[in-house]
Amino acid sequence: MSPLLELQGVSVAIAHAQLLDGISLRLDRGQILGLVGESGSGKSLTAMAAMGLLPLIGGRVTTGAIRFDGQDMVQMTEAQRRALRGRRIGFITQNPMTALDPVQRIGAQIDVVSRLHLGLSSAAARARTLELMTQLRIPEAGAVAEAWPHQLSGGMKQRIVIAMALAGEPDLIIADEPTTALDVTVQAQIIQILAALVRDRGLALLLITHDMGVVAQVCDRVAVLYAGRLAEERPVDPIFAAPAHPYTRALTLCIPRDDTARGALHGIPGAVPTALNYPSGCRFHPRCPKAVSACSATQPALVAYGEDGRVACHLPGPGAP
Amino acid sequence: MTAAARPAPAVLRAFRRPVGALAGAWLLLVIAAAIFAPLLSPYEYDIQTLKEAYQPPSAAHWLGTDEFGRDLLTRLMYGARTSLSVSAIAILISVLCGMTLGAAAGYFGGRFDRLVTVVVDLTWSFPEILIALILVAIIGPGTTGVLVAISVAYLAQFTRLTRAQIMTLKGETFIEAARSLGAGSGHILFRHLLPNALAPVLVSAMLATGDAIILEATLGFFGLGAQPPTPSWGSMMSAGSALLFKSPGIILFPGLAVAITVIAINLFGDALIAALDIRSRMRPPQ
Repeated sequence: MSPLLELQGVSVAIAHAQLLDGISLRLDRGQILGLVGESGSGKSLTAMAAMGLLPLIGGRVTTGAIRFDGQDMVQMTEAQRRALRGRRIGFITQNPMTALDPVQRIGAQIDVVSRLHLGLSSAAARARTLELMTQLRIPEAGAVAEAWPHQLSGGMKQRIVIAMALAGEPDLIIADEPTTALDVTVQAQIIQILAALVRDRGLALLLITHDMGVVAQVCDRVAVLYAGRLAEERPVDPIFAAPAHPYTRALTLCIPRDDTARGALHGIPGAVPTALNYPSGCRFHPRCPKAVSACSATQPALVAYGEDGRVACHLPGPGAP
Repeated sequence: MTAAARPAPAVLRAFRRPVGALAGAWLLLVIAAAIFAPLLSPYEYDIQTLKEAYQPPSAAHWLGTDEFGRDLLTRLMYGARTSLSVSAIAILISVLCGMTLGAAAGYFGGRFDRLVTVVVDLTWSFPEILIALILVAIIGPGTTGVLVAISVAYLAQFTRLTRAQIMTLKGETFIEAARSLGAGSGHILFRHLLPNALAPVLVSAMLATGDAIILEATLGFFGLGAQPPTPSWGSMMSAGSALLFKSPGIILFPGLAVAITVIAINLFGDALIAALDIRSRMRPPQ
């Protein structure tokens, strides 16, 4: 079976800056793929590309193909892409606090998605909205549907945003840091609700996050982005047990653990380089503890690694940093 | 959570402030006088009774009579009809056209936006009275001419405000969210952007109506508005200006009517802004 979403060597540029460089990913139905990396590594841009929304921010796909259910979205007309958005691909935005229209009631904002995409009548759409809200464990769905956005808490708003994304009965959901703006206690709830829905309905979920803890909890596979390139892409268990790329290893070390000594939180020194001054060779080499001379000279190719994995590193594998 | 208690509409909340209540009461009084003038007054506004000319205020004529013996209070009420309806309709036209232009310019951007911005900035730099005078000169004096003149004079203001609102709102997450759920331009513009831009534009329209009443009175004073015998506050003041010392009431009372009404509109507008809590959004970014 062909994958539901497949990115094949996708490069994205805004003006003259090459921001994504040959990204290849695949996501099957029923699967959750985590897309991780620091701010500025190109996570959100990958999501925008997969939604076909790059023109909004002045970006364009320069090479590669983005296949959704076998069809290349890069070659589609805007009208064809629009027909997919909301209907077959649901999107959950970063900040739930501002993701709802302040002058429309909650229920109406969910209704409109199923009315538009599934052609439901107002009454049928409302019934579906209430059903969705109940599934998302929103108490007193009827009252909340009549409320205005400013009357809801952040966690509640994020559930509404998820309900909107699900209302068109999509096959794929792209969630761009769905919990970043929420309280820690609410974060876990939202992620669990989202993961359960995806499993129950056999949907595919592209989960963009920089929270490695969330990834370990719910994802099947993990793709690690660094400075617009794919560093490593593997199933979730081996990647946490034995990260192959030094960057992945550094990211996993950033997760605080029970046995982390007080005051011993790890960080990665330095910052992600901007697209205008990417280093030569492997873009991670200035921050890499294992770097050798080859790292600054040549770009490591993305090669098969371990069981069903890929990594782009001259010196892959575990080893003391 | 319990069923959300709906807050009272902003207009009612504006009435809860003392100043807002006072100003609102005056406006309601003037509007009622304009609508029910034929029922309220025993006199006709256009029947001349020359032997009763130049009377001071009395029990029969509360505000006295003018140079043709017509009851001043009656003419003031009929004058309110002309002044208020012309100003309000002109501002309504101005708001509708301005919002359409501004929304299209702000949303679609590009060459159309630059064209609109240049024209708007150009008209913005002329005083409204000058634009209105030029237009009345072209169209000819009368109610229609004044209506068009006032509409065009205030068009720039609403175009600018709407455009600025749309440009700010366009970047909001809920617009991105709507688009990512498959909403088209029409849906985003009419269902999301315009409803969110409405409140500041409406308050601004309310305040502009006050200015429009002054502009209408000014044009009337120059004899360019409603033609005799139809009274308007401006034309009544014009007639009274020659009789300032002989019978000051003829110019004084319409003048007071304009002044108090405009002050009331401004105060009520302020109360409305406070009730809507939108002060920060009223000024378009420069």
